[in-house]
Amino acid sequence: MTLRKYLVILSVVFFGSIGDALLARGMKHAGGIDIHHLANVFSALANPFVIAGIFFLLAFMFSYMTALSFADLTYVLPATAISYVVMVLLSIFWLHEHVSPQRWVGVGFIVIGVGVVAGGPSRTEHHSGRVADPKAVEERV
Amino acid sequence: MRTFYTWFCIFTTVCTAAAGDVLVALAMRRIGDLGDLRRRYGFFATIMRVVSSGVLFGGVFFMAVAFFSNLIGLSWADLSVVGPASAALTFVTNALGAKFFLHENVDRRRWLATLFVCFGVLLLTWS
Repeated sequence: MTLRKYLVILSVVFFGSIGDALLARGMKHAGGIDIHHLANVFSALANPFVIAGIFFLLAFMFSYMTALSFADLTYVLPATAISYVVMVLLSIFWLHEHVSPQRWVGVGFIVIGVGVVAGGPSRTEHHSGRVADPKAVEERV
Repeated sequence: MRTFYTWFCIFTTVCTAAAGDVLVALAMRRIGDLGDLRRRYGFFATIMRVVSSGVLFGGVFFMAVAFFSNLIGLSWADLSVVGPASAALTFVTNALGAKFFLHENVDRRRWLATLFVCFGVLLLTWS
């Protein structure tokens, strides 16, 4: 794993957590959506927080796809779980939600999980050639 | 009834998010390391290679369904409930999908990390 790849993982965390928090704030402003009027979800798309959240989640998607191009899904998902810790911090300081001691224990478990997976290899090598090699795909591009 | 709707949204989010993640991971594995491709062929050739992947769009479709399901769930419950609950279950379904569909080497370390994160997320949810 190079510094660039760690930065890609960090950008997944950054854009994902901020995007989710923006969406949550926007949806609280938009109010509840009735099960019989699900189309009303589209009216929430006019909310500036929802719009900003969607832009952040698009950046998240690009970072996430880049991460999956060099690492396994079972590496990327636990490694980027630190975003839930960021979400808890955003819940406290921005959305003013209550965070109990039990939730802090949960945060501790997530941090340990991220530490465990980050110490291992990021990619499963498939000797049958399933992992795309730039030299191998040269003819296809 | 609102609790039932919330958990229905969480269930829909988990299933479609897992399908989306597995398909996007499959597509990106086939495409190759974007950093290497960009250095070799340039930015636009890399973008063209990405957007021409049908599997990727299949994954994005399922992710979009998961997104709207999550959005509806967020309007009924707190971010600190819907987000972690969906994620905890998605971690397990993704690990199973990665093992059986992507044939990733989900060794003891990765299962341990997945379970630690899953348990941590559950504690976040049910506190």
